Amino acid sequence: MFEFLGIPPQALFGQLLIGLINGSFYALLSLGLAVIFGMLNIINFSHGAQYMMGAFVAFLLLQHLDIGYWGALIVAPIVVGFTGVVIERLFLQRLYKLDHLYGLLLTFGLALIIEGVARNYYGSAGLPYTMPDSLRGGQNLGFMFLPNYRAWVIVASLTVCFGTWFVIERTRLGAYLRAATENPTLVRAFGINVPRMITLTYGFGVALAAFAGVMAAPVYNVSPQMGSELIIVVFAVVVIGGMGSILGAIVTGFGLGVIEGLTKVFFPEASNTVIFVIMAIVLLVRPAGLFGRRA
Amino acid sequence: MADRVADPLTAPVSTGRSWSEPVAFIAMVVALAIAPFFVYPLFLMQALCFALFACAFNLLIGYVGLLSFGHALYFGWASYLAAHAAKVWGFPPELAILTGALTGAGFGLVAGSLAIRRQGIYFAMITLALAQMMYFFALQAKFTGGEDGIQAVPRGKLFGLLDLNNQMTMYTVVVIIFLAGFLFIYRIIHSPFGEVLKAIRENEQRAISLGYKTDRYKLVAFVLSATLAGVAGATKAIAFQIASLTDVHWTMSGEVVLMTLLGGLGTIFGPVLGAFVILAMQNYLNTLEQWVTVIQGVIFVACVLLFRRGIIGEIAHLLRIRL
Repeated sequence: MFEFLGIPPQALFGQLLIGLINGSFYALLSLGLAVIFGMLNIINFSHGAQYMMGAFVAFLLLQHLDIGYWGALIVAPIVVGFTGVVIERLFLQRLYKLDHLYGLLLTFGLALIIEGVARNYYGSAGLPYTMPDSLRGGQNLGFMFLPNYRAWVIVASLTVCFGTWFVIERTRLGAYLRAATENPTLVRAFGINVPRMITLTYGFGVALAAFAGVMAAPVYNVSPQMGSELIIVVFAVVVIGGMGSILGAIVTGFGLGVIEGLTKVFFPEASNTVIFVIMAIVLLVRPAGLFGRRA
Repeated sequence: MADRVADPLTAPVSTGRSWSEPVAFIAMVVALAIAPFFVYPLFLMQALCFALFACAFNLLIGYVGLLSFGHALYFGWASYLAAHAAKVWGFPPELAILTGALTGAGFGLVAGSLAIRRQGIYFAMITLALAQMMYFFALQAKFTGGEDGIQAVPRGKLFGLLDLNNQMTMYTVVVIIFLAGFLFIYRIIHSPFGEVLKAIRENEQRAISLGYKTDRYKLVAFVLSATLAGVAGATKAIAFQIASLTDVHWTMSGEVVLMTLLGGLGTIFGPVLGAFVILAMQNYLNTLEQWVTVIQGVIFVACVLLFRRGIIGEIAHLLRIRL
């Protein structure tokens, strides 16, 4: 077996795989943030909490209703997406005429509430979520062992990401969405119900976060604070990529996941901070972000 | 409903002299002078450190319109370096606090010059991300003591004369530091420099077209705010003889936003009241301890939806005075 800079290939590919897994979650979450920001002009600070809600709903479905992983993968995003619709109707809708910062503050408050409630009932320790039997085991690829579940997470997340890209960039519905982002008043004048579209966009973005949460449940434990640390990294990802482009969000998410994984191999002390360092460098070199347009 | 609730971030600032601010200031000084006879001095010192922290934060959000979501970085790191200076290097308290102020200024200069390269919502995300990065450094660095923090920091003798181990002496020193910081911020806001800051908040494009280098103004304001946050953190480290991870965590950044929002964005006394209310809630509602996060979240939501002017802002609006 070859070695690369004194690193055994198993370790290298193992971390690369973990990097791709983390990248899947970065991509799904930053995609949701970008979609929501595009329509609502709000940075959804509760995105991490809603990702955690997805994982918790999956956990509760299994505990109380005996609905397993595959069911949860469909039910949890719908349930959490519906709470998103309610949040938009009750709260966010009132903020569109105000400074963007109020949206950030409000969703930050919501994140505290969701996380606080979860912690009160389930404590800070992680709850285990068992992997579905159909995805147990793995493939021996010769140079590394590939667990089936991890392969599934990467494939599923890529599929959902590109599905979202396709809907927004290549369908009539997506065209309406993009038009409403540019000029809501004009699109309304054409008889399209823009406020409903905004509500559903928020619901969809939140559902994406919940979907990521369900997929994360068997990899990491289900815990109340699983979202808050992640969302800060995702913010850095969004700053690096810029929120103007859907493909940009996906590429940046996966790319940074891989870079983080590689950092874990070569310079483990910096693995927590590498994404933030890259953010600082990007701000110096290309302030608008890699895929962003200058505002 | 959205239209009826005012938005202090865009509300015009009334100018000219007013009698209400000096009166409120004197009332505040009197209250601080008699408070230690009724309230536990340690609580007061804690509240005053956070009040100064919130005032420093308010300088940015209230008067330049910049939301820094990472102010724990300057507060927490200043408290680490002040604690380290006092304990390991044997600095007297005045130099330890100065070390903290310089720490805040240094980090503020670096983080500020990165963050002002983007506007609005990105500014908030960048400051948060940079603060999180420095949280991880604090977690891994040797001198911070990791989970234990830096404990048993000596209070020492101020200028080699005043023994700060005496609780009332320490309290007086904290009050003086707080009042000095408070008056300094008041002076900044009412200076020509402060007027430019408000102009940037109102309409940055117009300020640029009038020939102001707005980025420089924003950076100076950012460094000033970080420096004062550093003074607050350093003072807290000396008064409480400990520096810990709590003070650099993102929840601390959120707390200072909450204090300022609750008291009143862009009001001079709001952050002070906000800090006292939030800390009183944490200290005296022990039975609700586990619900504190939820209550804080509810206050956030209520403030944003129902009273964006905050407590002091609403009072000032009702009485048609400036506070």
